[in-house]
Parts: sequence; structure tokens; C-alpha cells
Amino acid sequence: MRNPLNKTIVEIEPSGIRKFFDIVSEMKDAISLGVGEPDFDTPWRVRDEAIYSLEQGRTFYTSNAGLKELKEEIANFLDRRYDMKYNPYEEMLITVGGSEAIDIALRAMLDPGDEVLIPQPSYVSYVPCAILANGTPVIIELKEENDFRLTAEELEEKITDKTKMLVLPFPNNPTGAVLERKDLEAIAKVIEKHDLFVLSDEIYSELTYLEKHVSIVNIPGMRERTVLINGFSKSHAMTGWRLGYACAPKKIIEQMLKIHQFAIMCAPTTSQYAAVTAIRDCDKEVADMREEYNDRRRYLLHRFDEMGLKCFEPFGAFYMFPSIKEFNMTSDEFATRLLKSKKVAVVPGNAFGSCGEGFLRISYAYSLSNLKEALDRMEDFIKELREEQHAS
Amino acid sequence: MREKILNYIEKNSRIDIHDLAVLVDADEASVLNCLEEMENDHIICGYHTLINWDKVGVEKVTALIEVRVTPQRGMGFDKVAEHIYHYPEVNALYLISGGFDFMVIIEGKTLREVSEFVSAKLSPLESILSTKTNFILKKYKDHGTVMQAGHKDERELILP
Repeated sequence: MRNPLNKTIVEIEPSGIRKFFDIVSEMKDAISLGVGEPDFDTPWRVRDEAIYSLEQGRTFYTSNAGLKELKEEIANFLDRRYDMKYNPYEEMLITVGGSEAIDIALRAMLDPGDEVLIPQPSYVSYVPCAILANGTPVIIELKEENDFRLTAEELEEKITDKTKMLVLPFPNNPTGAVLERKDLEAIAKVIEKHDLFVLSDEIYSELTYLEKHVSIVNIPGMRERTVLINGFSKSHAMTGWRLGYACAPKKIIEQMLKIHQFAIMCAPTTSQYAAVTAIRDCDKEVADMREEYNDRRRYLLHRFDEMGLKCFEPFGAFYMFPSIKEFNMTSDEFATRLLKSKKVAVVPGNAFGSCGEGFLRISYAYSLSNLKEALDRMEDFIKELREEQHAS
Repeated sequence: MREKILNYIEKNSRIDIHDLAVLVDADEASVLNCLEEMENDHIICGYHTLINWDKVGVEKVTALIEVRVTPQRGMGFDKVAEHIYHYPEVNALYLISGGFDFMVIIEGKTLREVSEFVSAKLSPLESILSTKTNFILKKYKDHGTVMQAGHKDERELILP
């Protein structure tokens, strides 16, 4: 029999932390700080709206690009929250989560050999999606001493005559880093100088704790070069609804829409009806969740400080990214030992790129009592490690 | 800071002061001061516990009694209210708008005990025109808390 498989997909490595995940899933009574999705339920009024839409028999497809009413509300929201102006009928596409938007944006924009700059540590999908879109991923390793921000110099260094686009994943999973206006302005200059495009994944934009989120789209000249990706999963605790969106200039959206309509048809209808309520009526619920995340964030920082674990202060998303370099072991070893001896699961930093080695991703999408118990155990573990090191 | 402290202790009055200070972004001493101030000002009127008595197997009967009264000259409703709330059986008392004047919440051991209170103590009061007693059959949610145990974390592991 001939090989039934495509060479490109076969060559893509399965995630390096699968083995670790297997151990976690076998340990049923472990406390996890590993999950990257909100612990809150979707606001009740959103769920109620979904139930109503089902009662009304709205079980048909929507138009390919998405429900008109939802696109209009998203345009209102982007204007109200971030001062961005998008035409909902020509510059917007409703997708199956932000992840679909990442995939189809890369496929719509890359030609074979085009280089895509991907800052790491970052979400695990950018590299494989770029490869599947025939692009060549080029990694920019972000540094702890810059608080894991992307600097204009780091960007400039990696640009070649083949570079076509930059993935801009801020607020960042897994580091929690954010970019401020001055960072974006410096990056924008480089983008313009080298005539590049930007895929700005702003899925955590509602979860910032220093000041309101600023997008590269807000920097003059950048809107025309940017595909903005956002969604409902993180801000409205709607991960399982699989709903996101992309905003971009008409000529890009038109091509993304082609892939979307052939591969997906349209985003889930029930989710779209529910999302109208989410984005129109739930600013208060989102603000309440943000406040609670922020309290937990301060609590974790305080605890890390008390246990002498080095961690830069993140101002976005719901992750902390402490360094474990003092213990002279890999992130994998540390996480595995922590799991086996104290039954606390965290994600090794190297899962997000090799420059995440020496760090852990700790999610605070957990109740305070859960965090407290996990951090108590982690504190014991660290004490034991230090004693061990001291003795040897 | 006051409002934030109150929001936390309203949900969890047993919260560790050290943790509370971190959560409201202040030092322990000022949180303690603030609590003491609010206790003195009677902003914090007590630290109670929300109990699901059904699970303890202790019989308790709660009734919401709608009461219509004649307000007293010069004192309005307050004098009547004072008279009612002094009874230890009265758990809560509210002046309300609508078809009647007071909502009296009574807790007793048995149905009989509650009815006796209404017929022997409440109804005979001079200013009371009428009462209507509603017994609580099942408590679903109280103080913003659903009485049955919350659902467990069912989130599954997924690529980070």
C-alpha cells in the first residue's frame, strides 16, 4: 500500500509535552494549575439566550461570514472599547474560535517560502499553522529581562528579504506579557520600513491589569497591514462555544472568507446568537471577571515573592511565568517531580518554545481556595528542593 | 478599599487577614483598622454562617409573613416595627412597598410554633390589620449562594 499521508503533516512534531500531559491525566486527584481557559461559567444571560435561540428553532446555517447582527455588535464593541473602526459587512469574518482565524489568515496570506516571524514563548499553534500554510516560521526568542516584550531591535534582527509577516501574540499566553503604546510604535516603524503584515492575536485583550489594552491597529498606518484576531473564549468565558472573529482590510477578508466557506461553511449558529448578547450586554460581567483575575494575580505574585521564586510581573491574560532556573533542572523535570511528589500540575515552559525552558506556566483561572492549596504545596516542594541542594 | 473588603468578607467572613490584605492591595494593619472601624460604625453588623439546615437533619420551619398595619401617629411605621422585631422569634423584618407593609421572617422549630407566634403574639397587636403566613418549602439560594453543592471542575486537558 502507498503511504496515505501528507509529508508536511507527518513531519510536524506532536507537542513535546504530550508525555507530561499523559501523566497528568492519569493522576485523577491532582490539583491542576495547568488549564488555559476561564474557570467561570459563561454568564447566565448568554446561556439563556442560546437556549432561547434553540427554542425558536434557529438551527440553520448563518451566512458564511457570520450573523449580520453579531458583526454589527462586534463593530460597536471594538469602537466602544478600543477605538477601532471596522466595517462589519466587508472587513469582518466570524470564525470557529480565534484558532480558525489564525489558520485561515496564514493560509490566505502566505506563499511557499514566505517567512513568518513568531515570537516565543507563545501559543503552540502558530508554528504548525504557518508550516501547513506553506510558510517558513522564524522564531524570535523573547527575553525575561525585557519582561517578555517584543522589541523593535529583536524584530529587525530576524527580518530577511523573504519575511512577509509578524505574528503579534499580546497579551501573551504563556507569559502574561503585554505591549504598551510605545512598544507598538517602535514595532510599527519596523513593519512599515520592511513592508510587512501583522497577524495580531488579541484574544486576551479584555484581560489587562495595568491599563486598557492598546492594539497595533491603533498605531497610524498599521490598520491596513493587520489582521486582528479576537473572540469570546477568554473575555466572556466562552471557550466551548468555539467562536472568534477576524477583522482586516477587505481584500484580505475576501480571501479568508473563501477558505472559511469551503472548509467550515459558518461558525456555530447557536453560539453566534448567544454571542450577540455577550458582546452587547455583558461589559459588567467581563469587568467583574477581570477584577477577580487581577486579585488572584496579585495573590500569586505575593506568594512567589514570599517563597523567593523569581517571577516578572505580568499585566495580561491569566498566567504567571516564574523562573525555576535556580534549581538546575529542566522545566519538564521540575513539573514532573512537582506533580509526582505534591500532585500539583503546572505546564513546563518549554511547551511554548525552547526559550520557555527554565520557566513554568501557572494559570490563575482557578478559585482562590484552589490556588492557595496548590501554592502551599508548591512552597513545600521548593523548600524541599532547596534543602536537598543545600545538603549536596 | 472598604467596599472591596466588604465584598470579600460578605462572601467569606473567615478569610485570612494576610490573604485579604494581598487581595485588596493593602497592608495587614490597615485592613485590620478598616475592619475595626466598620465594626464600630455598625457597617459590619456581625459575622454569620450560611448553613444548609436541611442537611443537618435538624427540623426548622421558616415563614415569610406579610403584615398590614396602621402606622402610628407621629412615628410612622418605625414604632410598630420596633415592637415586632424585639421578639426573638423574628429573624428579619423589612418595611416594603406593594400590597402590604412589613415582611416578617420567622424561624421556628415546628409549624405549630410558628403559627402560635402569629396567632398569639403578632396578630393581637393593636396596629396590625392583617397577616398572611407563607411557609418556605425549599430553599434553593440564599445570600447569593446556591444551597446545593457547586459542580466540580470538568475542564479537560487541552494543548496549552
